[in-house]
Amino acid sequence: MIGLLGELTDSLRRFLERLGAITRFFGQVLWQSPAVLLRFRLVVEQVYNTGALSLVIIMTCGLFVGMVLGLQGHDLLQRFGSEEALGTGAALSLLKELGPVVTALLFAGRAGTALASELGLMRATDQLSAMEVMAVDPMRRVVVPRFLGGVIAMPLLTAIFIAVALFGVQLVGVQLLGVDQGSFWSQMRGAVELADVNEGLIKGVTFGIACSLIAVFEGYNAEPTAEGVGRATTRTVVISAVVTLVLDYILTALML
Amino acid sequence: MPAGAAAPSVDADNVAALHGVDFSIDGKVIFRQLDIAIRRGEVTAIMGPSGTGKTTLLRLITGQLRADAGRVVVEGRDVAGLSRRELYAMRRRMGMLFQNGALLTDLDVFENVAFPLREHARLPERLLRNIVLSKLQAVGLRGAAQLRVQQLSGGMARRVALARAIVMDPQLLLYDEPFAGLDPISMGVVLRLIRSLNDALGISSVVVTHDVREISQIADSSYILSGGQVVASGTPAELREHPSPVVHQFMDGLADGPVSFHYPAPDYPAQLLDRSEGA
Amino acid sequence: MRQSRAIDVSTGLFVLLGFAAILFLVTQITNREFSLRSDSYRLVAQYENIGGLKAGAPISMAGVTIGRVESIGYDMNLFKAIVTLRIDARYDAIPNDSDASIYTAGLLGGQYVGITPGNSEDAYRDGDSVEFVQDAIVLENLISKYLFSQAGKDKESAAPAAQE
Repeated sequence: MIGLLGELTDSLRRFLERLGAITRFFGQVLWQSPAVLLRFRLVVEQVYNTGALSLVIIMTCGLFVGMVLGLQGHDLLQRFGSEEALGTGAALSLLKELGPVVTALLFAGRAGTALASELGLMRATDQLSAMEVMAVDPMRRVVVPRFLGGVIAMPLLTAIFIAVALFGVQLVGVQLLGVDQGSFWSQMRGAVELADVNEGLIKGVTFGIACSLIAVFEGYNAEPTAEGVGRATTRTVVISAVVTLVLDYILTALML
Repeated sequence: MPAGAAAPSVDADNVAALHGVDFSIDGKVIFRQLDIAIRRGEVTAIMGPSGTGKTTLLRLITGQLRADAGRVVVEGRDVAGLSRRELYAMRRRMGMLFQNGALLTDLDVFENVAFPLREHARLPERLLRNIVLSKLQAVGLRGAAQLRVQQLSGGMARRVALARAIVMDPQLLLYDEPFAGLDPISMGVVLRLIRSLNDALGISSVVVTHDVREISQIADSSYILSGGQVVASGTPAELREHPSPVVHQFMDGLADGPVSFHYPAPDYPAQLLDRSEGA
Repeated sequence: MRQSRAIDVSTGLFVLLGFAAILFLVTQITNREFSLRSDSYRLVAQYENIGGLKAGAPISMAGVTIGRVESIGYDMNLFKAIVTLRIDARYDAIPNDSDASIYTAGLLGGQYVGITPGNSEDAYRDGDSVEFVQDAIVLENLISKYLFSQAGKDKESAAPAAQE
């Protein structure tokens, strides 16, 4: 019994330690960000690394999420005789919840792991240490550009996901299941507000900051061994997923 | 090149020195009252059994680690007292060769060597290109400039790392286990480079290694560390004649001696007979 | 440096695509007829029964959305619901004898306030009360009314039959 209690307090202490460490890290990253933005080249490369290279997976998943939403939504609404609400329902759920959350999870899986493993590998092969000895600050040269790249890419990816998903909903709903095209879009227009779009984008930016931060933190602080890098990559995905969903609740509650 | 007993001398002669340095990690003592002097213009070897913290020593010199007690003096200044900017300025005058080369994997050979120049100096592209090519020429790899890091063999990677270490014309070169894992030819190449670069560029070199035979061919003075302290110092010739059994075991590569062959274990017959004592 | 040019182009395309998506979302799927709060004025209406009317419900005239229901309250003295209507300032010529009634969108849709213009020469001003209102039609009342009238008709047809 006492052993269990001891373990719990141990885990709690370790959790707090890590939380403190990542907060301090976040502060350092923010502090260096303006200087890094001046070296735009580095940031552009990282936007490519995290964003452009994630396009395929985002668009594919977006399409299929949209199509499933079309199928399920239509089936559900049909029970209440309100098939024309398909556009509205799909648009609102994508904008406010599905879009940002699913994109964030996919981002953590593809771009987050890439960032974590790149930085972890640099740590394990002494590249970061070499940079320090060459009087180059690894935070500035390698870490912050990756963070900024992710933060810029995420909201864009979210928007693309939602747009493609809506196309998927339309594909299934209108083309396949016969919902009227005109009312599909007009009902949607009638019900969706700019505030809803803003909500989605704010979530996208917030999740982008969270997932990018977690990825670069785990990678930068990975143990300098092969297992350490693997562990850092796994932790990135797990922690990003949990944090995303927790933030989702908080943001939703705040914005409603 | 003045050779001779490398006793801690006046700092003006030394490009770097450690005075009474204590250092521990997580309670484990790495160094205790360590005194080392790196004389200007010489190749100084730091040797010792694995795990004596030789890499840690290099990190103390670059300022990546801070000593718990004592002074680490580089170019006449105490490293602990330097501001971040001064520390970075000092590092620009040093070059370090890491054990695995530590080349940046997303850049090719040319860009790796050019890296310090691009980060610290704003040079016209033409000038930069010439400098990089000349450094690659010095290590014999000018033809490999377009290769990617993954395409290099271990020896080649290390030579590229060496070119990168000298690209800013440093005053002090630090080598961390430069011979580890190399075939005899590559080893010979690196040996020759260390000595010729040291003399041609008029710099000082610190080589951390346990390849006794190799380094003895080119070192001006050597230190043998064990148990966190200097157990012997002097020219390679002097060390070969050294009376201490620790030094003797190390220099001659004996399997057993002061550094025991057996990891501490309970009495062997007793353990075999007594099965109730689990492994 | 050819590789970095390709990266630049791809990144540029990606960013362009992202912004295009955002633009699409903002323009094509929202009802941007309305950016409330900028310039609008308030009217107040009292109802016996607002049915399912909620804050944020649209206010429309001839089917065009001209405002939103700002808030719904209850007056304990009058025993009536007090509904605050916020109308876009563009529509500042609503005759002050127009009526604001609660309608239902579609068969089972949400409820909204529809304004039918009157004949007055004067227009509503900020803070005016709407005099003419019609409460929400509650389905149960409708059904019982129908049943009641049906029962009445049956009695009439039964009575003459009984008389024969």
